[in-house]
Amino acid sequence: MVLKTETFILNAGPQHPSTHGVFRMRMTLDGEVIQDVEPVFGYLHRGVEKLAEGLSYPQDIVFTDRLDYLASMTNNQAYVVAVEKLAGIQVPERAEYLRVIMAELMRISSHLMAVGFLLNDLGAFMTPLLYMYREREKILDLFDMVCGQRLTYNYMRIGGVSQDIPDEFIPALKKFIDSLSGFVAEYDQLLETNEILLVRTKKVGILSKESAINLSTAGPVLRASGVNWDIRKADPYSVYGRLNFSIPIGTKGDVYDRYRVRIEEMLQSATIIKQAIEQLPPGDIQTKIPRVLRPPKGEAYGRIEGPKGEIGFYLVSDGSANPYRWHMRAPSLINLTVLREMLIGVKIADAMAIFGSIDICVGEVDR
Amino acid sequence: MTTALAATEIIAKLEAAVPGSIMESNGNTVVVKAEFLHQAAAFLKIAAGFDFNYLNYITAVDYQTHFELVYHLVSIEHNQDMILKTRLADHEKPTLSSVVDLWKGADFQEREIYDLFGIIFTGHPNLKRIFLWEGFQGYPLRKDFKQ
Repeated sequence: MVLKTETFILNAGPQHPSTHGVFRMRMTLDGEVIQDVEPVFGYLHRGVEKLAEGLSYPQDIVFTDRLDYLASMTNNQAYVVAVEKLAGIQVPERAEYLRVIMAELMRISSHLMAVGFLLNDLGAFMTPLLYMYREREKILDLFDMVCGQRLTYNYMRIGGVSQDIPDEFIPALKKFIDSLSGFVAEYDQLLETNEILLVRTKKVGILSKESAINLSTAGPVLRASGVNWDIRKADPYSVYGRLNFSIPIGTKGDVYDRYRVRIEEMLQSATIIKQAIEQLPPGDIQTKIPRVLRPPKGEAYGRIEGPKGEIGFYLVSDGSANPYRWHMRAPSLINLTVLREMLIGVKIADAMAIFGSIDICVGEVDR
Repeated sequence: MTTALAATEIIAKLEAAVPGSIMESNGNTVVVKAEFLHQAAAFLKIAAGFDFNYLNYITAVDYQTHFELVYHLVSIEHNQDMILKTRLADHEKPTLSSVVDLWKGADFQEREIYDLFGIIFTGHPNLKRIFLWEGFQGYPLRKDFKQ
């Protein structure tokens, strides 16, 4: 008997529930085994880098909200940090603390979504995801309280933040932070004792330390592979130098480690927020900046540690009110480079688990 | 962990290893001639004591008289940064050698620069448009692009 052994092509996406946006993978399969994969994207390309050149520096903040829409606060922050570096603007201490609180809340929210969607992709359909949504809702309510927005905040401004926190914010924040560790423990227990989850994630999609570095990955993907690299420690910005926290690191670099690192990071974020509340000083929340901001000629690269990895903005000023060049180091795009490395040779059933464990946001990939 | 070398020391070693490559340098920024870019990048990555094994990002700027390419290299071991730059005067068909063989993380970023600036990276395994469709006319991030 002659067996048919030719390879065939399977197309996943662009409209696919597991691709979290409009993203396509063209996979060449040999039976169940992936031989090659070509990621195809750009469906959401809006030309943000070009649009930004036509508007002024403060106007461009709103674009950053719409890049990684699951982590708008940290995008805002990375951009304003870069502009402040370019124009040499100092930020009041109270604003720095508020930024840290918001950024860490955003990190928790983004990781909740990453973990929730990963489990959704693994077949734990909707139930774990909705638990995550329940907790994320509390964070969105907190943001709503501060700036009146639930998704696109435009909260971080050049030289500070848009408004001070209302009186009811700190008690509500404390209540949420106190409940978080209980929630994570409860949730973790449900999953850690689930044999199916462990089988589906352990020793799947292994990324070695060397490959993780060579492929320029950042954030939880890099740290899960055992690399101790976090901008909050490596190049401390804002007030992170005064806060006490640790960087969770994986050992094997598999899907499970990436999941684990995110869970641990949420708890670390909670300890950061607790310290920030205690240290929060009174005072101004915004430095006076010129009505029309014209940074001196030159270039600057400002960076922060976002939930998905290093977010950086490379800005070039020609002395006018609009940026001459506006480039974003998008962690989602660069982390996506590992996809081919991790998918070749694995079974098709694991593809979505591996893809989900990278945690990308297509709005940021395509820009 | 060995102690990190000062930026001036790194630049001096680079000049000795790849003579005539450096156009100018300032702090941890070094501008090399385009034809020496790959050699300089390889030296920074491989040479003992440097360990610039992490390519943080690549980007390009259209200064109209020339294109400037910016490579942000990081040594995770020494927690040190280095900005490697090069300039391309040719506006018709700017060409540069790819660094994908050194850092695989350059793959999508070089494609992005090709897509939006039209800079051709020789030696790139799959150089085609990444965001825009094949057949799109022009390169949007160039300053002379007409919408």
